[in-house]
Amino acid sequence: MSKLPEEFADLERFSDWCLPTEEERYSKRLNSTMAEMQELYDAGMARLEDIMVYVDARVPLKGMPKDAKALVHLGQSIVMVSFPVEVWKQPRVLDSGASYIQLIKEPVV
Amino acid sequence: MAHFPKPAAGSWTQNWPELGTAPVNYEDSINPEHFKVEQQAIFKKTWLNVGRVERLPKKGSYFTREMPSAGPGTSVIIVKDKQEVVRAFYNMCRHRGNKLVWNDYPGEEVSGTCRQFTCKYHAWRYSLEGDLTFVQQEGEFFDLDKGDYGLVPVRCEVWEGFIFINFDNGAAPLTEYLGDFAKGLEGYPFHEMTEHYSYRSEINANWKLFIDAFVEFYHAPILHMKQAEKEEAEKLAKFGFEALAYDIKGIHSMVSSWGGMSPPKDLSMVKPIERILHSGLFGPWDRPDIEGIQPDELPPAINPGRHKSWGTDSFEFFPNFTLLFWAPGWYLTYHYWPTAVDKHIFEADLYFVPPKNLRERLSQELAAVTFKEYAFQDANTLEATQTQIGTRVVTDFPLCDQEILLRHLHKTAWDYVNAYKNNDNGSTNGKHDAKASQDEAEKDAAHV
Repeated sequence: MSKLPEEFADLERFSDWCLPTEEERYSKRLNSTMAEMQELYDAGMARLEDIMVYVDARVPLKGMPKDAKALVHLGQSIVMVSFPVEVWKQPRVLDSGASYIQLIKEPVV
Repeated sequence: MAHFPKPAAGSWTQNWPELGTAPVNYEDSINPEHFKVEQQAIFKKTWLNVGRVERLPKKGSYFTREMPSAGPGTSVIIVKDKQEVVRAFYNMCRHRGNKLVWNDYPGEEVSGTCRQFTCKYHAWRYSLEGDLTFVQQEGEFFDLDKGDYGLVPVRCEVWEGFIFINFDNGAAPLTEYLGDFAKGLEGYPFHEMTEHYSYRSEINANWKLFIDAFVEFYHAPILHMKQAEKEEAEKLAKFGFEALAYDIKGIHSMVSSWGGMSPPKDLSMVKPIERILHSGLFGPWDRPDIEGIQPDELPPAINPGRHKSWGTDSFEFFPNFTLLFWAPGWYLTYHYWPTAVDKHIFEADLYFVPPKNLRERLSQELAAVTFKEYAFQDANTLEATQTQIGTRVVTDFPLCDQEILLRHLHKTAWDYVNAYKNNDNGSTNGKHDAKASQDEAEKDAAHV
């Protein structure tokens, strides 16, 4: 069964990136290859504007249909992979070997 | 070449001659004995911010804070009582000293809502006002007057929705302590910015080293070079960093900086995701629709020069509370809680106006994600610094004019330590403040 609205069937192959919390998205980023993230980035960036238009016709963010919510989470993952792809060329922040910063509170959609 | 004018004294640093211009000794950041004195002299004597009032939405709302910076085990309950007054108490039952409020793990902070506090051990109960209201088998005790066994209060005062506590019962009131910077920030719409992201990290470095990193932006074009588009990064590195202004009022300080990225003059300056989401390090480019954040509406302490290219102001309230405002209408706070000479807990909290739609939500998401990427780099550099200064191969370090606030921080911390030692461990806080305010009054008279 598809997670995303049918208008976004082309992004369905990335549905394992539909993750509600930053902790999950960050962990998936660290456990993904650059090739995987590049693929999501390329396909996702091309549809990011469409994602916002689709969801914003269905606001408020709280209480929206499940498939639209999955789309929001995918949008958040596109933001998450933008740094490895656009900046670091690796999953981790450059020179951040010993440090770890944890997000402990966030507004989850 | 200076792009922004400096004071008539010739430099920012020389404008406050008591800071000196000589290399600064960092023994204060590596000596375990010095740290023990700092705990007593600073963290048990100054006003410490423990969060915002939004964490206490109704009567009986509470949260606990572990405060190891004031000594191992120190734990505090912050609660909104029946009259909606915010109070603080040591988190300890008066019977035999059990920790009063905790779940599962006594060392972890908790929050919730209750009508009273009940000890897990023998069910002694306390009202939200801290009064002992029930003793199990009271008749078994000897001459026990419940009035003598209320929770031990901790000084607690609120400024603009920020809750502060102070372990020194003789300390001057909060607003007096926070001084003119705080007065000049009053009226900022903090209460509208309730979309909250909170970060935490354990850092293997002295608490002052992280403040050092955040009160100078001399590092920004270099350490964070890769985060800008290549051409822009090279330009920034060549220019270097110059603040619009620095200011020092007693024990507190601020730096005002330019920022052309919100929105950028030229879209090619920013990364593709920033172009789509209209956001980046400085936050969403499009200001939220609330009052109080337009350039001409800002309270007087923010962008004090009313500079057109203003981007961000960072206020450093001694000892460990940073309040940072971004031009597009959001703010963040940092806290640095030392646990040892070479360890501290770093907290960062981002506050935005709640988004109305996904476009706004994702632009905030990008700002939050960007924040974490930068903070990672900053944090890792600190451990690299701590290990090296700890070798004492070199003990004194030259600080440039853009690092003036580091001089001020280390000097202020030393002043507290020295005052504490000179007063034979007595209460020095009020005295120190009075002296600092007097210095400041003289300074203002000399430079206005």
